[in-house]
Amino acid sequence: MSQEPILVTQGLTRRFGGLVAVNGVDFDVRPGEIHAILGPNGAGKSTLINLLSGEIPPSEGQVLFHGKPIQGKSVRQIARMGIGRSHQKTNIFPRLNCLQNCELAARIHMGGVFGSWRSRQRAREVGERALEVLETCHLVHRAYTPAADMSYGEQRQLQIAMVLATAPTLMLLDEPMAGMGREETVQVTELLESLTDRYTLVLIEHDMDSVFRLADRITVMVDGCVLESGPTEQIRASEKVRDVYLGRHHEEATA
Amino acid sequence: MLHRYPKRVAVIMLVLLAIVATFPLWGPTLFGSQSDFMLEKLTLMVILALFAMSLDLLVGIVGLVSLGHALFFGLGAYTLALASPDFDPASMWWMLPLVMLVSAVAALVVGLLVIRTKGIFFIMTTLAFGQMLYYLISTAPFAGGTDGVFIMFRPDVTVGETALVDMSDPHTFFYFCLGMLVAGFLFLRWLTRSYFGQVLDGIHDNEHRMQALGYATNGYKLVAFVIAGVLAAIAGMLAAMQYGFANPAQLGWHTSGEVLMMLILGGMGTIFGPILGAFAYEILLYIYEHLTMHWPILMGLTIIAAVLVLPRGIAGVIIDPPWRRKATSAEEEETPDDKASARPVTQSKEG
Repeated sequence: MSQEPILVTQGLTRRFGGLVAVNGVDFDVRPGEIHAILGPNGAGKSTLINLLSGEIPPSEGQVLFHGKPIQGKSVRQIARMGIGRSHQKTNIFPRLNCLQNCELAARIHMGGVFGSWRSRQRAREVGERALEVLETCHLVHRAYTPAADMSYGEQRQLQIAMVLATAPTLMLLDEPMAGMGREETVQVTELLESLTDRYTLVLIEHDMDSVFRLADRITVMVDGCVLESGPTEQIRASEKVRDVYLGRHHEEATA
Repeated sequence: MLHRYPKRVAVIMLVLLAIVATFPLWGPTLFGSQSDFMLEKLTLMVILALFAMSLDLLVGIVGLVSLGHALFFGLGAYTLALASPDFDPASMWWMLPLVMLVSAVAALVVGLLVIRTKGIFFIMTTLAFGQMLYYLISTAPFAGGTDGVFIMFRPDVTVGETALVDMSDPHTFFYFCLGMLVAGFLFLRWLTRSYFGQVLDGIHDNEHRMQALGYATNGYKLVAFVIAGVLAAIAGMLAAMQYGFANPAQLGWHTSGEVLMMLILGGMGTIFGPILGAFAYEILLYIYEHLTMHWPILMGLTIIAAVLVLPRGIAGVIIDPPWRRKATSAEEEETPDDKASARPVTQSKEG
């Protein structure tokens, strides 16, 4: 784990009016790791991920991806640099079928639409890539089902498949298991586990079991600040985290 | 699958095409001396269908509601009127490319400015550009002001000295327009099913997601805007040939609104729906005009009724007929096992 981090933030801050959603966060992602971000509601996790994917600009500080700042670049340019993300809300193209959803994602990273108009070769490559990611996500049997007709869990899986299809060097997943049942959560956890050897992931997730099972490192956020960041074992054992986050979580659960 | 419809759609469209195309055969027996007038009406419907179809690419496919599409329709008409020589017919060989070029440049300029706006702002900016050209033309001396410009001769299509098509003949012109409509339809059908069309569908469903995937959505929207503009200008040119003049009313928001009503009536986002909508609208208009001078009330009520009863327009009824829907839902109830196996994960959501 002594490799150069592929993504670094320096003093990253974002204010919404008087509210400081993310406050001076220093954070880094090393290649090949799953880095989970934990924190209670309103801790600024989603804002942080939106800052990383360039969807909102920071008020202060900066994000360096492969040593280059992403400031001033549009969402699509950042996406083309290799940061792929999925959203908390299910975010697919409901009228297209499963395969087309993935093809759409793959095509832009394999030369775009206008180039592939004539090239059968590239059209085949795009199709192969789309099938490949559907296979990874166990959705091949749904290839020709319109996305709108799939179950919620499958739609969430499709969303991950689409991010994979863009062949990102860094994947940002915002609560991929949100709203899922036990069974589906386990399924998606297994899916993410199978990706670990090939992809670098930043993961926001509420499901503690999944996070502890998946993550190499965990950053715990409270009120916009980093409470503690370190290897999973360290976080699991941390008194501070237990008090602030797990404690509160338990109170909520029992209340 | 998207933009692929049941067989009956193709059958119905081909039957309607055959009926329309054979009008010169059955028209005179049905309408007698009125037949020539009816042929002119029919030609106009064909032209408006092409216009409505071009707007469908923007409104139905990309999801950009434009209230200024008549700008391009009128631009096509005025390009023809102003570029035609006074006492000779122009040649179609250069008139058609000229109309396409002028409208493409105009659509590119307008598009660059309006494409960044969304929703109500897109509607307002397109309306503003449409009205700008409307007031410019209706006060411009070179364009005949509110009187418009007359076109003495329809452009001809000649090779050397021989005329291939005699546009001044109403029958020939009718078939020329019908050919353009069919060509335009086939083009848009191909476009919507292409990869480019898939990107437009994606933008319609979720533009933000398309950007997150890495698509420069504004570029794709601009291309669609230009294509729609050029097709509308061709329709406008044909309309001017049909009327024999170009008039500011052709570019006003009234025209934009009318064509939007054709879309709503016919069914947006289907390409073939707006063709049906254009015919339905014009036929209704003709009937209502003869019933009462207060025909806009009747038309308004019809549109409201259409929106309430046929939310997806005439096309929606053909694609998914209400009587069939009942039949399929009954089938599903009979075989609950199939349904359960088709959606294996839904029940675990409560867990």
